[in-house]
Amino acid sequence: MNVTELDNVVVRFSGDSGDGMQLTGTLFSNLSAILGNEISTFPDFPAEIRAPQGTLGGVSGFQVHLGSSKVYTPGDIADVLVAMNPAALKVNAKGVKKTGIVVIDTDSFGEKDLEKAGYKTDNPFEELGFSEVTQIIPVPLTTLTKASLADFGMDNKAVVRSKNMFALGVVCWLFNRPIDKAIHFLENKFIKKPDLLKANVKVLTDGYNYGNNLHLNITTFRIEKSSNLPKGTYTSIDGNKATAWGLIAAAEKAGLKLFLGSYPITPASDIMQELASRKDVGVITVQAEDEIAGICTAIGASFAGCLAATSTSGPGLSLKSEAIGLATMAELPLVVIDVQRGGPSTGMPTKTEQTDLSQALYGRSGESPIVVVAASSPADCFYYAYMASKLALEHITPVIFMSDTFLANGSSLWKLPKLAELPDIKPFKAPDSLKNNYNVAKRDAATQIRYWAVPGMEGFEHRNMGLERDAEKGNISTDPQNHQKMVAARAAKIDNVVACIPDVVVEGAQDADLLVVGWGSTKGHLMGAIQRMNSKGHKVALAHFNYINPLPKNTAETLRKYKKVVVCELNTGHFAAFLRSKIEGIHLEQYNKVAGQPFNVTELETVFTALLEK
Amino acid sequence: MIAQDFKSDQYVKFCPGCGDHAIVNSLQKAMAEIGVPTHQTVVISGIGCSSRIPHYLSTYGFNTIHGRGAAIATGVKTANPELMVWQITGDGDCLAIGGNHFIHSLRRNIDLNIILFNNQIYGLTKGQYSPTSKLGFVSKSSPYGTVERPFRPAELTFGARGTFFSRTLDVDLKTSQACMIAAVKHKGAAVVECLVNCVIFNNGAHGWIADRESRADRTIVLEHGKPMIFGANNDKGLVLDGWNLKVVKIGENGITEKDILVHDAKCEDNTLQQKLAMMEGPDMPIALGVIRDFDMETYDAAVNRQISEVRAKSKIKTFDDLVNNCEKWEI
Repeated sequence: MNVTELDNVVVRFSGDSGDGMQLTGTLFSNLSAILGNEISTFPDFPAEIRAPQGTLGGVSGFQVHLGSSKVYTPGDIADVLVAMNPAALKVNAKGVKKTGIVVIDTDSFGEKDLEKAGYKTDNPFEELGFSEVTQIIPVPLTTLTKASLADFGMDNKAVVRSKNMFALGVVCWLFNRPIDKAIHFLENKFIKKPDLLKANVKVLTDGYNYGNNLHLNITTFRIEKSSNLPKGTYTSIDGNKATAWGLIAAAEKAGLKLFLGSYPITPASDIMQELASRKDVGVITVQAEDEIAGICTAIGASFAGCLAATSTSGPGLSLKSEAIGLATMAELPLVVIDVQRGGPSTGMPTKTEQTDLSQALYGRSGESPIVVVAASSPADCFYYAYMASKLALEHITPVIFMSDTFLANGSSLWKLPKLAELPDIKPFKAPDSLKNNYNVAKRDAATQIRYWAVPGMEGFEHRNMGLERDAEKGNISTDPQNHQKMVAARAAKIDNVVACIPDVVVEGAQDADLLVVGWGSTKGHLMGAIQRMNSKGHKVALAHFNYINPLPKNTAETLRKYKKVVVCELNTGHFAAFLRSKIEGIHLEQYNKVAGQPFNVTELETVFTALLEK
Repeated sequence: MIAQDFKSDQYVKFCPGCGDHAIVNSLQKAMAEIGVPTHQTVVISGIGCSSRIPHYLSTYGFNTIHGRGAAIATGVKTANPELMVWQITGDGDCLAIGGNHFIHSLRRNIDLNIILFNNQIYGLTKGQYSPTSKLGFVSKSSPYGTVERPFRPAELTFGARGTFFSRTLDVDLKTSQACMIAAVKHKGAAVVECLVNCVIFNNGAHGWIADRESRADRTIVLEHGKPMIFGANNDKGLVLDGWNLKVVKIGENGITEKDILVHDAKCEDNTLQQKLAMMEGPDMPIALGVIRDFDMETYDAAVNRQISEVRAKSKIKTFDDLVNNCEKWEI
């Protein structure tokens, strides 16, 4: 048996939406992470919970990129594809290398199965144009799983559902992964269902042994531990969980209760679910009657002195607009989490896009500037959710935190922090000196930050409102000069946040011929592309933005340094338009994609090469 | 404490003759009697004439956006159950744009004191019909009369499984105060429907009972445990006639006080309470006072109880504990 050492490999698990591909993929990536690989994952599934079996529309996929060196993206194209049925094979045919390995469940490749997936012949591989160098591992997964569980007395449906564990066993063998760690994961997952645990472990083990006994002339892989990770304690975390934990850490650091008011929406619901399960750290969650009530309960909690947040996706953000306006006018700290998805309207709820940026920046009535922050990897959702909370509490303002489907469902390695290592958070509370002399308009003259006083504080009783207030007395005012003054004060407060955010950093070739600009979740792909280009002798650099409004203070200076600048985003050019509005006379090229899918590195390389030649 | 302690320095700007003046006075008096200090009291409102009330009180106040008062108040009370939270709302704010939040705050039984000003009109936007305007009501937005049936706040409250409903009339300060105090004592969402007169756009909407002379005969002020007797001479009463309520005269046809129904506001079954709340003239008196007052665990208490229970049992108490107890490995 040959074993090939690989620097990195991309594996894609694909099957019906009820085949358990997400669980299989997650287990395999966590297993690899434990063994010291870097990982980046990308689940890609349909909106239907159980789409018609065996059809192209029902195919659910989970891709993971493993590496012994830095892994930036989930990978463009798979080295190994696990296809549980002909539909999965068809959907992913173009997404697997010609020299790759394809594992199929031969029990699901009958005549009817092929017909359902729209094949015209009985040779799917030939029909899809697979070359002869593709290594195919045919495994009768269903039959073998049934045999494996023959003595378990389970009903047929439950038995068949376990075949994903058999597939996982085969893949573990293919990658020389010891399955004891995988068993450990299963033990945690099925801690309350011992019978199910036993069955899953049996099938997994049988799958592994099946591979081992195949004696196929197939090369198995080994990916060494990553050498460039700093020493420490790690876990694998998805973006939604990281976001939830960022809020938890921020509340504790600020010495406040955490409150989340939310309404279920794909792909943000996991944030609410995670926080609802974290009563142990004292989180208060309200599953509201609608999106508007979600944010309004959070505004009430903020008024009452909590670190308050609401989580949603694009359509929910639209519904929350009026209330965000209220939080802007009332000047209350609030974190609004927008996990973007394909839009407009219901759009493509399980697909990724960056098409809410303009809505986040401008989507309110009146002059209502707001802080906008974006995360750029599943793990750094933690840090940027933390920083969004910090900015909200220290500047007494709503902050929109942008994530997206790609970050929310994807996972990456995360070096576990300690609360003490995180930056301090000091909510801008009204000082005792204002007792009996406080009103809703009292603010710091230098930074224009409003002093926050909350019910329970004696001598700070006040009336807040969505109405304009007198700059001195805090009462309702429609005075023309006063409104002008207040509009300026609220704008200045947001502009002044710039002093508290870091400069944008240029990575790659500092004397680059092309500067790539991105924001949010595209960082991995952009980074991957410029590294590949620079290794081929080009000079390309990346300026990636996490702080969108206000922009870092060196933004104009940085962008002006380069002759060619291209702004890449998964929308039709929201960030490019925003930069143009902020940097007078700047010329920016654009590369935009709105397909519900992330960039891929090869595509970017082609675009950048063409730009360099232009 | 006295009513004056709950007055802010703001000049009250309701129209002369508006019923809201009386309700503000009743509210300040009720707050004084309840005795919760201003810094522990929060008054949340939406948009509309009555929603200006927080500005006239010396407590913590938040005059928010149209219809959302119930949701914002829910956030305040759940975040800090120690606070006494009032919601000021009107028939448009509460039953049209805010209808969803209203029914869900009742369903959850969040401990709010909801003062619902019902003048059957949109006053602040200058005279459009509201969800409580009578069928056929002529207004600026219904020049040929409305073709919509109105909501009855009591019916909606019962339908949403509300635990407290009371009704008062703007000019009846005694009943107003009594209802407000009972609302505070009640554990859960307490609706105080105030029938108020909009002197500009819907003058006399409650005229049938507003007149002091005939009010005693046209209303019945219900009190828990007391017989349902009313009338200028205290000689009328309510009895059951089959499934329906009927007015009888004590002393006629052999009816004595013993035959008169005794009000049970604390009863979980709301069938009779709803019958009482639905009574309309001219055959029946309009019910005022506390019609339903059934205590059960509040949402805010339950949320915080659950947190305490989980915390008492869990070894995870802090963020660092959370991190230390997750699936992790050394690299």
